[in-house]
Amino acid sequence: MRHGKYRFVVGFLTLPLGLYALFVVWPFLQSIYYSFTDWTGLSPEFKMVGLDNYRRMLDDGIFWKSLRHSLLFAVVLPLVTISLALFLAFMINAGGRRRRGGPAVSGVRGSSFYKIVYFFPQVLSIAIVSLLFAFAYNPDSGAVNSILRAVGLGGVQPLWLGDPDLALWAVMAVLVWSTVGFFVVLFSAGMASIPADLYEAALLDGAGRATTFFRITLPLLWDTVQSGWVYMGILALGAESFAVVQIMTTGPGGPDYSTTVLVLYVYQKAFRDGQAAYATTIGVALLVVTLAFAAAVMRLGRRERLEY
Amino acid sequence: MGSTSAENEGAAGVGRRALIKRSAALGLVSLPAIGALTAVSGCASSGGGDQAKAKAGKKTQKNPLGVNTSAPLEFVLFDGGFGKEYAEDAVKIYRKNFPGAKVKFSATQKIQSTLQPRFNQGNPPDLIDNSGAEQMDMGVLVGKNQLTDLTALLDAPSYDDPKKKVRDTLRPGIVEMGQFDGKQVWILYYAYTVYGVWYSQKALDALDEKYPETWDEMLRVCQKAKKKGMAGWTYAGKYPYYIPFSLYPMIAKVGGREVLDAIDNLEPNAWKHPAVKTCFEAYYELYRKGYVLRGTPGLDHIQSQTAWAQGKALFIPNGSWVENESASVIPKDFQLTVSAPTGIDASDKMPFGTIWASGGEPFIVPARAKNPEGGMEQLRIMLSEASSKNFTTKVKSLTAYNGGTTGITLTPGLKSGVAALEKAGDNVVNPRIQDWYVQLEKEKIGVAGLGEMMAGRLTPAEAVKKIQAYADETAKDSSVKHYKHQ
Repeated sequence: MRHGKYRFVVGFLTLPLGLYALFVVWPFLQSIYYSFTDWTGLSPEFKMVGLDNYRRMLDDGIFWKSLRHSLLFAVVLPLVTISLALFLAFMINAGGRRRRGGPAVSGVRGSSFYKIVYFFPQVLSIAIVSLLFAFAYNPDSGAVNSILRAVGLGGVQPLWLGDPDLALWAVMAVLVWSTVGFFVVLFSAGMASIPADLYEAALLDGAGRATTFFRITLPLLWDTVQSGWVYMGILALGAESFAVVQIMTTGPGGPDYSTTVLVLYVYQKAFRDGQAAYATTIGVALLVVTLAFAAAVMRLGRRERLEY
Repeated sequence: MGSTSAENEGAAGVGRRALIKRSAALGLVSLPAIGALTAVSGCASSGGGDQAKAKAGKKTQKNPLGVNTSAPLEFVLFDGGFGKEYAEDAVKIYRKNFPGAKVKFSATQKIQSTLQPRFNQGNPPDLIDNSGAEQMDMGVLVGKNQLTDLTALLDAPSYDDPKKKVRDTLRPGIVEMGQFDGKQVWILYYAYTVYGVWYSQKALDALDEKYPETWDEMLRVCQKAKKKGMAGWTYAGKYPYYIPFSLYPMIAKVGGREVLDAIDNLEPNAWKHPAVKTCFEAYYELYRKGYVLRGTPGLDHIQSQTAWAQGKALFIPNGSWVENESASVIPKDFQLTVSAPTGIDASDKMPFGTIWASGGEPFIVPARAKNPEGGMEQLRIMLSEASSKNFTTKVKSLTAYNGGTTGITLTPGLKSGVAALEKAGDNVVNPRIQDWYVQLEKEKIGVAGLGEMMAGRLTPAEAVKKIQAYADETAKDSSVKHYKHQ
């Protein structure tokens, strides 16, 4: 019987693992292999060049700039997005005033409406969001500067995406705007599963909102927050940051390399400059950064598991 | 309720199930990061399968390239601003001339995604318009022997006049642009673009001014415009590599075309030539005096063209496609005009009228095409006067065919472009840096150099120094193929 059980398990796992190996693991290995060649991506011929691409990468100023920006994305974006999402989710689910005869905890007035509103950006593709914000940031006739003018701040008319000191932050703000809704919904779902009697007990002990949040909600939500953190970090290192930078920024990647990120640099090297091998080298660096980020989050986030 | 330690689930502290779940999620999400690359890499190793070429046909007067009359032809066009009608019309003629041949025509915007794998498999089409955002790098294609030399086409008799070779019917610079190093011609640019300073003649008339020929006059016109609440200049601030469209020919006008050649050749200190600094300073003056439309560094090409068409700014450096691209915002009575760039003064090396004009829409015949003669014959048909006129009428642009503008009504911008080319005569310059060194031109010189200077964040001296350093870096970079003017 024991033998039969394994056959059963293997039978179920072969197909998904095979697909995973073919479409995920194999391309990864291939990319790593190509990073040791001089493949252009435009002809089938290439030869091995050993560590040349890696040596070149270490001397490449633009690579280091991209890396710095990507790391900044990976640290700042999850921090801001998740804090904001936690705050909003808490207010929606447990931040309301106690009403006579109502449940022990409830959200602020109109919370179900807010929940939908926050989720709106999530239904828009990131490309559309980027385009909309590119218009909003137009220094001449865009929404942001028009609002500044309307409230009497006509003297403050930043160039936004045209200013190397602001551009990166302007791009990050767009990513926060477009992703925070998803995490609000995610955390709301998590909070809904926290038993109400815990809150009741805390209230009986005279806990305020802040105490309730830090002593009850956050610890019981920790697993969800941690997963969200990894997810958000990968998003910030990967596809989403590419889309916004590629669509919105000067150049793209500018002004003066102030917004370039690793994924953008991979793309430019592979598809603009015909240096696919060097691009895979940067891709390998990106893979290392991504894995290191995930490992760091798991490690730092290690906690006792609470069961309730 | 209450808490139990996770220790009993494993020493790691994270539950095993949770860990598996997360690593699976991690794998799935980080995949796109380098997945884009692997999509193309799938084919690289398996490539090299050379398929049989079609046998060449007999060369006759009607068929000077010796096309196999029954061999199939495959033609892939970039479906961009010029549409696909002009090519479809030319394909019809091919079909009529070679009724036995099966012609497969397709138009796409995704040149690279559709064709790169086919190059890697050794199975490319016979004729490609390698254009648009997904253009495949020409330098690499040439360097890796992926293209057919088009000399046979250029030396063949032209479609209209058997006594004239195709090469003698082309506009200046077209043949040279198709060469990389050596005599072979790898690319035939079909469209012909005029670069320069674009403006509304009506707006200029309202200021009671003519187009300025010296920089002092330019500043005076800008000042007059400013008094009327109109900025002198705007440009595609997010893509500052539009600035060279008027700046480079100005450098040639001031210092002679050798200065641009030295820049193209990445010669040491090419950017330190006094003419470069003078022109940089002239442009910087526009910024310093507040003649550049406010907010310009944050505008993209469409936004800046729109502001300009609305009369917020007088001049914009651009190419002749602007007439088509901004057709919906340019008012009817705008009187769109292009002029060669303003110089410094009478001591300039080249006369006023020196202009940048060059080919666009690069057509290539792959080396591994099965029917290369057919691909070239299709190009020969397109380079006839009738096909050229058809193109100009339909898409408001000139072609590589020298002529083809008589007897058809030209739009205002096109008409002024033809006039500007006539005035220029032989003084047409053709900087190659934008197709030889794309990254250097766009990202480094354009965005990080000129863009920063025109936003006031670099002085001209700093910009020259920075750009020279970038050029030196590219000259030394062994991963970039280097070219020289012949």
